[in-house]
Amino acid sequence: MLMRYTTMRIVQLIPLILVVTIVVFFVMMIVPGDPVMVMLGAVDGAQVSREVYDAMRLRLGLDQPLIVQYLHWLSNVLQGDLGTSITYRTSALEVILLRMVPTAYLMVGGLILAVIIAVPGGVLAAIHNKTKWDHLLTGFVVLGISVPTFWLALVAVLIFAVYLGWLPAIGYTRPQEDFLDFLKHIALPMSVVALNIAATVLRFQRQDFLEQMNQDYVRTARAKGLTETVVLWKHVLRNSLMTTFTVVGLQMAYLSGLITIVESVFNYPGIGYLLLNSIRTRDFIVVQGVVLFMVFLVIIVNLLVDILYTVIDPRIRYS
Amino acid sequence: MEAHSTNAATVFEPPAVQSPRISRSIVAFAARDRRFIVGVILLVLYIFISLIGSSISPYDLNAPNLDVRMQAPSSAHWLGTDRIGRDVLTRIIAGSQVSLQVAVGAVVMALILGAPLGALGGYIGGTFDALVQRVMEGIMAFPSLVLALALVALAGPSVVALWFAIAFSSVPRYARLIRSGVLTQKEREYVDAARAMGQSPLRILFRQILPNIMAPIAVQLAQDFARAITVEASLSYLGLGLSVPYISWGTMIRDAQDFLELAPWLAIFPGLALAGVILAFTFVGDALRDQMDPRLRASLTRRLA
Repeated sequence: MLMRYTTMRIVQLIPLILVVTIVVFFVMMIVPGDPVMVMLGAVDGAQVSREVYDAMRLRLGLDQPLIVQYLHWLSNVLQGDLGTSITYRTSALEVILLRMVPTAYLMVGGLILAVIIAVPGGVLAAIHNKTKWDHLLTGFVVLGISVPTFWLALVAVLIFAVYLGWLPAIGYTRPQEDFLDFLKHIALPMSVVALNIAATVLRFQRQDFLEQMNQDYVRTARAKGLTETVVLWKHVLRNSLMTTFTVVGLQMAYLSGLITIVESVFNYPGIGYLLLNSIRTRDFIVVQGVVLFMVFLVIIVNLLVDILYTVIDPRIRYS
Repeated sequence: MEAHSTNAATVFEPPAVQSPRISRSIVAFAARDRRFIVGVILLVLYIFISLIGSSISPYDLNAPNLDVRMQAPSSAHWLGTDRIGRDVLTRIIAGSQVSLQVAVGAVVMALILGAPLGALGGYIGGTFDALVQRVMEGIMAFPSLVLALALVALAGPSVVALWFAIAFSSVPRYARLIRSGVLTQKEREYVDAARAMGQSPLRILFRQILPNIMAPIAVQLAQDFARAITVEASLSYLGLGLSVPYISWGTMIRDAQDFLELAPWLAIFPGLALAGVILAFTFVGDALRDQMDPRLRASLTRRLA
C-alpha cells in the first residue's frame, strides 16, 4: 500500500518537474548577448577560440529547434549532468555537491534548533493563551518575521563577535579537522537560521495547539481523570506535532533562500555562497545548476514529508 | 427588455452591495485591534515620508562632506553620518522611495499576472485550469528569493526587472486565491442569477465575485508588500539591487558592514527602518487575517466563554 502511494506521488511529480525545468531553461534565455559566449563566461568582450565556441554551440544545440534543445538539456540534467563549471572547469554537480556538505550542516542544525525552540514555545503560548507568556512569544514571532535576516545576522555579529568576542564573525572549519572550531563557526549562522524558522513554526504550533485543545478527545482524556500535564504534553502535543512536521517540510523552499543570505553574511562556504559567487563571476552554468539543485531539493523533501506523513497516519493513504 | 433587466438587477444586486458592508465590518473589527492601528500609523508615516522625499532635509543626499565623516548620532545629524560624511537620516528617507516604488510595482504586477490566470482557470475549468494549476505549482516549488536573485542577476538590475523578479513567485498565490474564490462563488445563486440576466462573465467577476473575496486578497496584499520589501532589501544587500543613483536600505546596510565596530549606527538605523515597515505590513495583515479566520475567532471565544 505504501509502495503504491509512493509510486503514485512520484508519478504526480512528472508535470511539476517539467514545469520547473522549463522555467529554469527559459530563464537562462533572458541573459542578454550571445548564449554561447554567455555559457562560456566570456561576456565582456573576451576572446574565445573557434573550437571552444563551436563545441559549446554544439553542446547547447543552438542550431536545433527550441523544443529539441530543451529535451536534450533535460535528459542531461536528469542524468545528473548539469554542465561544466566555467570557473572551476569541472562538473557543476560535483562543485555543488562539495559545497552542499557545509550547507547540510547548517540546514539540518538550524531546523533541529528551530524545532527545539518552536515546539515548546508554541505549546506554552497556546496553554497560556492571552497572558504575558503568550504576548512575549507572539512578540518573538512578529519580530522573527519582520526583521530581515541579513540585518539580524549583522546584529548577531555585532553583539557576539565584535562586542563580546565570543564567536568568530565569519568562516568555516570542517568538523573532521577541529570539531570545537566547527561548532564555534557554525553557531551564529545556525542560530540565525533557527530563529527565523522558529518564528514561523512557533506561530503554526501555537495556532494548531489552540485548535487541538478544543477537540473531543481532549475532553475525553480530561474526563478520564488524566492530569492536565499528561493531556496537554502527551495527547495534544502528539496530534499537533503532525502540523509542525508539515510546516517544517513546507519551509524547505524558504530555507534555501534563507541559507543564501546567511551564508553570504557569514562567508560560509555552502551552496548559497557558491550561487552568489557564481553570479559575480558570471558562471551561469553553476547558477543554473544551483537553482535546479535547490528546486529538486525542495521537491524531494516535500515528497519525503508526504510519504513519512502516511507512515505516521495511514488514513491519508486511503483518501 | 432593457427596463426589465435593470429591474432584475436591482432585485439581484444585494449580495454585491452587501459585500462592501462585510469588508467594512472587517475593517471596523480590525480597527479595534491595536496591531492594526499601529500598523496603519506606521504605514501612513512611511508613505508620507517617501512621498515628500529627502528634500525636506537640510543636507545633500549624495555630496560628500569629509569634515563630518562617520559621526555618531548628534543634534546636527540625528542618525549620524556615513564614511564620506553624508547624513544617514537623509539617505534613509530617500531609501524609503526605492522600497515603496519596487514593492508597489511588484505587488501590482503579481496581481495583474496572477488574477486573470486564476479567474480564467476557475471559470473555464478543464484542461486549461489543470495546465495553469501545474504551472503555478511549479513556480511555487522555487525558493522565491533564489529565483528573484537569478532573474535579476541574469537580466541586470532595473526597476522593471526587480518588479518582475519579485512578482514572479507571488503570481501563484493570487492565481490560487482568485481561482478558489471563483470556484466557491460561481455556483452561488446570485451568480446564476446574474448570468441568467445576461451579464458578461467579466462583469460578473468584477461586480459579483471579486467583492466577495476582497478580504483574503487584502491579507495577501499586506503579506506580499512585506515580502517584496524584504526581497528588495535582501537583493540590494547581496549587491544585486539597484545601483546609484538609487538609494536602497539594503545597499546602505551592505556598505555599513565593513564599519560594524567603528560606526554601528550605519547598519542599525536603515535596518530599523526596514524592520519597522515590514512590521507595519505584518501587523495589518495579521489583524485582518485574525478577523477573517472564523476558526480562530471561534476557538478564542469558546475559550473565553
